[in-house]
Amino acid sequence: MLKINDLHISVGDKEIVKGLSLEIKPGETHAIMGLNGAGKSTLAATIAGRDDYDVTSGSIEFESKDLLELEPHERVGEGLFLGFQYPVEIPGVSNLNFLRTALNSIRKYRGLDEMSAAEFMKLVREKAKTLGMDPEMLKRFVNVGFSGGEKKRNEMVQMAVLDPKLAILDETDSGLDIDALKTVAEGINAQRRDDTAILLITHYQRLLSYVQPDVVHVMIDGRIVKSGGKELALELEEKGYADVA
Amino acid sequence: MAGTAEAQKQIAEVTGDYKYGFVTDIDMDMAPKGLSEEVIRFISAKKEEPEWMLEWRLRAYALWLKMEEPDWAKVSFPKIDYQDAYYFAAPKKKDGPKSLDEVDPELLATYEKLGIPIREQEVLAGVQGSAKVAVDAVFDSVSVATTFREELKKAGVIFMSISEAIREYPDMVKKYLASVVPVRDNYFAALNCAVFTDGTFVYVPKGVRCPMELSTYFRINAENTGQFERTLIVADEGSYVSYLEGCTAPMRDENQLHAAVVELIALDDAEIKYSTVQNWYPGDKNGKGGIYNFVTKRALCKGKNSKVSWTQVETGSAVTWKYPSCVLAGEGSVGEFYSVAVTNNYQQADTGTKMIHMAPNTRSTIISKGISAGKSQNTYRGLVKVLSGAENVRNYTQCDSLLVSSECGAHTVPYIEVKNPTAQIEHEATTSKISEDQLFYCRARGLGEEEAVAMIVNGFCKEVMQHLPMEFAVEAQKLLGISLEGSVG
Repeated sequence: MLKINDLHISVGDKEIVKGLSLEIKPGETHAIMGLNGAGKSTLAATIAGRDDYDVTSGSIEFESKDLLELEPHERVGEGLFLGFQYPVEIPGVSNLNFLRTALNSIRKYRGLDEMSAAEFMKLVREKAKTLGMDPEMLKRFVNVGFSGGEKKRNEMVQMAVLDPKLAILDETDSGLDIDALKTVAEGINAQRRDDTAILLITHYQRLLSYVQPDVVHVMIDGRIVKSGGKELALELEEKGYADVA
Repeated sequence: MAGTAEAQKQIAEVTGDYKYGFVTDIDMDMAPKGLSEEVIRFISAKKEEPEWMLEWRLRAYALWLKMEEPDWAKVSFPKIDYQDAYYFAAPKKKDGPKSLDEVDPELLATYEKLGIPIREQEVLAGVQGSAKVAVDAVFDSVSVATTFREELKKAGVIFMSISEAIREYPDMVKKYLASVVPVRDNYFAALNCAVFTDGTFVYVPKGVRCPMELSTYFRINAENTGQFERTLIVADEGSYVSYLEGCTAPMRDENQLHAAVVELIALDDAEIKYSTVQNWYPGDKNGKGGIYNFVTKRALCKGKNSKVSWTQVETGSAVTWKYPSCVLAGEGSVGEFYSVAVTNNYQQADTGTKMIHMAPNTRSTIISKGISAGKSQNTYRGLVKVLSGAENVRNYTQCDSLLVSSECGAHTVPYIEVKNPTAQIEHEATTSKISEDQLFYCRARGLGEEEAVAMIVNGFCKEVMQHLPMEFAVEAQKLLGISLEGSVG
């Protein structure tokens, strides 16, 4: 589904990602673990199409399409989702309006008709309920005045409604208490299917107790230095990054 | 409401050019070019006005000749040659249309292109229960069609062109015309008094709640023709009226002058809600052409506990000079001003309000949202004035500016003059640049770049947009998207 080959990413003169390769197949859940500054978030944002980063060489293919040729919203249309480490506030725009516009934009990209208001409301209410979100939150402005946990939960509701093929979740577990973490993990697990894939980007092993990955990658200084099964995460937790690498 | 999806649809339709840029070819009955006593006599004669009206116009003209064009606004444009314009242009009158069937089909086709609901089956057939909007369409200076007049008549509401009102209700017009904006108020107001060609008159009798939203569409059509609108709305004791004004203009190379005067009078316990969506041609991407919009709008809250609310969404015109104001003369009266002003490319807007608190316990609210893009300049200029006899006055002002490009300007110029120590005046102002994080967040959820801008801007304007009547709010949301087209980057 996702194929990254020898990717180099720079910000200004500084190279952040230094030759990274990764392949994720349908049905798989991968985790990239690494310390702050390893280039994890840069990688996630680049896959989603943020233009502050320069891809100096290498390629990213998503379902055999050259992702780097596509605008961010086209990537979303193809089935990509990025869960933000710091979800952004948009004053004056209700969660419902935001989600509905997003969903219909994606449908339009795929040549589908807009979803009716009634159908949309049913879908959103159902997903919000599953993820334990108060329906009143849907009427509030996007992330404005939300706690850290509420923001992350909101990301999960968005993911559930938009139903991506590949979800990249950037530090979705950071700043969550144990209850919120469990809810978020349920949201992620619900999104795991034979035809979808998940890429978790995380600092800690914590989340991986609830969402068990098929493959764990250790990222240090812009490169994947080691890959293995879910036990690698535990090993990291015990020995620290320096020893494992 | 999927406003931004709509906006995107609109953007796709527009494909970079001003959507409403077409010209209707109808024989014009024009006054000679330039401005003189003769031209004013010509206009007055064309309008079949009584002698007193002609005299009034001539006095205004004499005053105007002695006045100077104001230069304090933060706008710049080539000097206007007032002799190089036509002051009267009207579609040729045959016998005066008795119904829409008799209206020039080309005119109606123009309205259709604009999407003006005058041909809407509902409106024409007067379908019960449908959203009722009375349209008094002003086409190049003469009202050609007025619908719904009968139903309004039943309620006792007078809604007609000002020219008709001058003939049919001369006493009322004499009593209120220029009672809020005096002839000598300012250069453009004086000019308007001399040459105004048409406009709207509304009178809502005591205790009557106007049964529908009143709406007038203005449209400038003849090349080099200034449009000088005159609107007078009187709400008698305990009455209520909501008035919508919306405009589009065809594309032209020459700058066109528009100097309207709008006067509102609210008596005891009366309420007037005046909403504007202004989308006149703003000029092309290089700043060529576009409308000069020099408008004087003022309301007199004359009666106790009267209320006037101005809501405006200004996206058009090359140069805007406009300060819808409230004179709060009645005890406990309330003035409100909700404004969105968008400028793009080389547009210049200097707009705001004046709240003049003359009586005790008067309150005012000002919410202004300025959005600047391209190389445009956007200025909020507002005055809050409290006279010495006005006890317990309250004002709240909030001015927010959003910058979409790095070459535009946003300016906030608040004036506060308080002569009574019991007044409570609050002023808040913010300026921010549209955030890359917000844009990327929207784009990472599937919105195109312009759709993302439209969504963020609509959110920014939410507090103002929610004061617009429903049918206007949708149009206004679309307009914001269209106006900011090509503004990113």
